Amino acid sequence: MAAQPSLLAAGGRVRRRKRVNLAVQGAWLLASAIAVAVLAIVTISVLVKGIPALNGDLFTKTPVTFGESGGGIAHAFVGSLVLVGVAAAMALPVGVLSAIYVSEFANQRVARVMKLSLDVLNGLPSIVIGIFLFALLVVGRGQNAFIGSLALAIIMLPLISRSTQEVLALVPNHLRDGSLALGVSKWRTIVGVILPTTLSGILTGTTLAVARAAGETAPLLFTTSLFGNTVTGNVNHALASIPVIIFTYSEAPDKHLNDQAWAAAFVLIMFVLVTSLLSRALLARSRRKLERG
Amino acid sequence: MAVSGSELLPRALASRRRLTDRIGDTALHVLTGAAAFGGVVLLGLIAYRVVYGAWPAIQKFGIAFVWHQAWDPVTSRFGALDFLYGTAVTSFAAVLIAGPLAIAIALFLTELAPASVRGVVGSLVEMLAAVPSVVLGLWGIFVLGPFVRDHFDPWLQSWFGWIPLFSGTPQQAGMLPAILILTIMIVPITASVTRELFKAVPPELKEGAYGLGLTRWEMVRGVVFPYTRGGVVAAVLLGMGRAVGEAIAVTQVIGGFTGIPTSLFKPGDTLASRIAAQYQGAVSNVHIASIVYLALILLVFALLTNVGAQVIVNRFELQKVGAR
Repeated sequence: MAAQPSLLAAGGRVRRRKRVNLAVQGAWLLASAIAVAVLAIVTISVLVKGIPALNGDLFTKTPVTFGESGGGIAHAFVGSLVLVGVAAAMALPVGVLSAIYVSEFANQRVARVMKLSLDVLNGLPSIVIGIFLFALLVVGRGQNAFIGSLALAIIMLPLISRSTQEVLALVPNHLRDGSLALGVSKWRTIVGVILPTTLSGILTGTTLAVARAAGETAPLLFTTSLFGNTVTGNVNHALASIPVIIFTYSEAPDKHLNDQAWAAAFVLIMFVLVTSLLSRALLARSRRKLERG
Repeated sequence: MAVSGSELLPRALASRRRLTDRIGDTALHVLTGAAAFGGVVLLGLIAYRVVYGAWPAIQKFGIAFVWHQAWDPVTSRFGALDFLYGTAVTSFAAVLIAGPLAIAIALFLTELAPASVRGVVGSLVEMLAAVPSVVLGLWGIFVLGPFVRDHFDPWLQSWFGWIPLFSGTPQQAGMLPAILILTIMIVPITASVTRELFKAVPPELKEGAYGLGLTRWEMVRGVVFPYTRGGVVAAVLLGMGRAVGEAIAVTQVIGGFTGIPTSLFKPGDTLASRIAAQYQGAVSNVHIASIVYLALILLVFALLTNVGAQVIVNRFELQKVGAR
């Protein structure tokens, strides 16, 4: 019988295969280490440059004349709160209602079309949404914060709708069947039985969308970027916002404004990281609860 | 979808349902339907309005706008070639770096890492995706840019200086920082999508491969990759779409240059970053329309990548169902 190279004996070929395997696994580890390192470097940069520039004035005062030091960006904090708040108030009901339609009423083909258009909406570059509203509402009329909120709402809509669809799909069918078998009508089943079980899921989806919207700059540039320096919540005027302030201050030829951009970036990144981590943890918890149920 | 109970009731019983319930059912159906169709209509409206807004430029320059090289508000000559080139180079290079990185991270998380490491590293990678682009851009201006100019560019030049792409004086703002920023942005997205795909590979297939004496890498090549091929292509396509559409961070680091940069060290501009850079006001109607025209190109590309990715995923899932 001819000598058959056995896989079990560690011949030269097996040693080579093992070496290749080790090298490739090392590359996987290295890639992950690089990603974590980049996150660490970015976060540390923001911490190191942002924290020294933090002070009470930043949150309570408005900008001073160009070239002077001091002052703050209170108008941007108020503006961001208003912009994101109004956007969430618009996107939340529409997102939840559309998700209910897709998972409780629509037949499969209609549901597919709707899911696809939500995905495409989610994949649209946010600057395109800004340009859309610019061409639709800003040209000829001028900017105002309401248009900016509308842009943020369009960005939040697919996120809220898709995450609500996901939790709705996890609601066990015996809840629906049980309710209907008791003679409860469909709308009462949805409003009284299904929605309450998905409430935490919807909330976390919304928080995630808020975190995303709070950091969006591109759609605000064309809709609410030419603002004054006063603190106001009037959505009929253009309002300042944290991302737009970071954007303009980062390119300003003034060290003092650059520092304020870092401080604002620190506040923004903390807000975004904490909310998205929190909502992810909550989402995982509500999903576990539903899957057990 | 579950069979709704009320449709199973005999007619006589159904007609005795309370009036409020009949109204409630219809109202909820109509209300939710309106919201859901609203999303579809919105997409159509966006497409229509962007074409309409670009119309003066479409009339003036035609489709030749796409490959015409000009951006001169004074003489009202506009074309997209410079930005198309910048977009193509930066996005393609970013995907080239980010694709393998993301796949490697996903493989580390699904095949190699112990559960405790997996949770931590997984959520760190997701946190990277949550960093707002304007913060990444700020970091790009003040940290990455100077580093690229002082260390990375000279290093590249010492090895690859003979390639024209790496010639010229190192600068703080340019194509290379834009590529790196885009890479950082699309790695986490692509990694989390491919990770979900790799997780869905049936364990019995993997165990079969190990049982045959394959090493982990051979198992991945023989089982995981063939099983998830379509999905991985779709994930990379989605990452590409994201890179093409990113405006803010790129505007901050690319330098805003009209013309075709011959070296990666030189400043350039992409479609999205040129739009963002023009926010402080356009000079004329044709200028505005030309900016909207750039957005139209982005819109078309986003539609193509998203629907393309969806088609790939669907076809790929059908194949898998057929194979069972």
